[in-house]
Amino acid sequence: MSTPAATARAGAALPVLLAPRGAGDRLTALFWRRPGLLAALLVAPPLLWLAVVYLGSLAALLLQSFYSIDEFSGLVQRDFTLKTWAELFSPANLDIILRTVTMAAAVTLGAAVLAFPIAYFAARHARGRWKALFYLGVMLPLWSSYLVKVYAWKLILAREGIVTWAAEGVGASAVLNAVLALPVIGGNSLSTSYLGTWLVFLYVWLPYMILPMQAALERVPASMLEAAADLGASRWQAFRSVILPLALPGVIAGSIFTFSLTLGDYIIPQIVGTSARFIGQAVYQLQGTAGNVPLAAAFAVVPIVIMLVYLRIARRMGAFDAL
Amino acid sequence: MRSDARLPLALTLAAAGGLMFLHLPILLIFLYAFTTDERTYQFPPPGYTLQWFGVTWNRADVWPPLWLSLKVAAVATTLALLLGSLAAAALSRASFFGREQISLLIILPIALPGIITGMSLRSAYAVMDIPFSTLTIVLGHATFCIVIVYNNAVARLRRLSGALAEASADLGANAFQTFRFVILPNMGSALLAGGMLAFALSFDEVIVTTFTAGQQSTLPIWMLNELVRPRQRPVTNVVAIVVFATTFVPILLAYHLTRGGDATAGAGK
Repeated sequence: MSTPAATARAGAALPVLLAPRGAGDRLTALFWRRPGLLAALLVAPPLLWLAVVYLGSLAALLLQSFYSIDEFSGLVQRDFTLKTWAELFSPANLDIILRTVTMAAAVTLGAAVLAFPIAYFAARHARGRWKALFYLGVMLPLWSSYLVKVYAWKLILAREGIVTWAAEGVGASAVLNAVLALPVIGGNSLSTSYLGTWLVFLYVWLPYMILPMQAALERVPASMLEAAADLGASRWQAFRSVILPLALPGVIAGSIFTFSLTLGDYIIPQIVGTSARFIGQAVYQLQGTAGNVPLAAAFAVVPIVIMLVYLRIARRMGAFDAL
Repeated sequence: MRSDARLPLALTLAAAGGLMFLHLPILLIFLYAFTTDERTYQFPPPGYTLQWFGVTWNRADVWPPLWLSLKVAAVATTLALLLGSLAAAALSRASFFGREQISLLIILPIALPGIITGMSLRSAYAVMDIPFSTLTIVLGHATFCIVIVYNNAVARLRRLSGALAEASADLGANAFQTFRFVILPNMGSALLAGGMLAFALSFDEVIVTTFTAGQQSTLPIWMLNELVRPRQRPVTNVVAIVVFATTFVPILLAYHLTRGGDATAGAGK
């Protein structure tokens, strides 16, 4: 048993700082003196990967779009030219771009309307167990296989499929036929019409709209709604002038995903829809069967440019605070 | 936040209807795997059978894509775990010059449509005359999986109090010991969750893959080909069930592992 005096003597014999016990300690001291060094060492591998693989590829994409294809040999000529870009702006290609942007806008609007009740309920009414259920209910479809979801809709919308069967069952075949007879959005069956394409897009991207919308609605303070009620606002007025403006950044944040994902998709319009092409299908066919990689690259730049403009507007409307 | 006093019936119905809209379509995939009708999508199915599971098992063209998908997902997940957690460790620590730009760069591969990542890689391979191989698929998958691991790791690091690492240092541990005995045990479940989500994402990915695979076929590419040119339609449903289950289980597990935190896994795909 040591007396206080003995402890004091032993303490006096110990150095104030422990001697380094090896390379690990010496490196720890170095990291302590220069915290930037550790951060730089940690960030270097992922940064190098993304810079080389991702940014490098994006640069290659731009580079390809300034090459052109030789009409006779079908080979890519690696000389700088604006020929491919001029080709991109032909009326047929502009049609494809316009069709894609219109679809993306329609899907975004539809998703905003359909997502609102779910997001509102989950944010303001669901509690405890129900809240978890709602969260899983949105997250599972978000993560479950994309192709399986698209395939399910091919089964649903097929002419002999469940929609036709259900319409016959409730005696609504006339309604279904009237919808299919509509100009432009109608068609031979739902699986070969723009309406069908729109429905599948809407289904597949809906969770991306719900989640940011719910996050924004959760941040609307209840005191503001109480204040609105105290000042004599009706439910509708409170919704219109308190909830909606405060939830708008969340809606815009969600719309970034629905818009961007619709712009770049080529599988859904290929499986369900008309033969008219979207940007994604044009890119895929040009780089594949047509062998025109330069024009495919130029086409792929179009969604990037559209999204950059979209993101700039979204940032101005405060959408990034809601992400 | 307190809930509003009254609950309008229309809102409840719309919310329930919306959730049903999200879930019912998937059930049809299961139903059609048992149909006796192999040419059309007739509903209700004319009869029910279990034969398609056996037929699928014996179809030789299903197995190579399945192995390739598993291989790609395993390698891509490993790479993403390494790079994603390094990035999270660096960016969650101190603020330094270019931090915002780096986090944007990490998110970009899934913020921009997959076709851009795919076409960019395709252009790069064409410019540098790189032939398609398993590696060209892995490059793309690892790139968009980094952000999944990163999101999970960053969320956990934010919850992890800095005082823990300081206490560890005060008790004489060096940086490596602190990492091994304090940080890693606390990060384990978040990294596992991130890894499983990355695996699910990679296993199921089709858009980027079609641009980076050349003539190779992963399971989603096989499915896509069957959707365009079907033969024995119910076989596609059986494979779809396998793909669904392979992604569904890791997602549920990831949810369980990170439940209760301020940022549960999967909120940002």
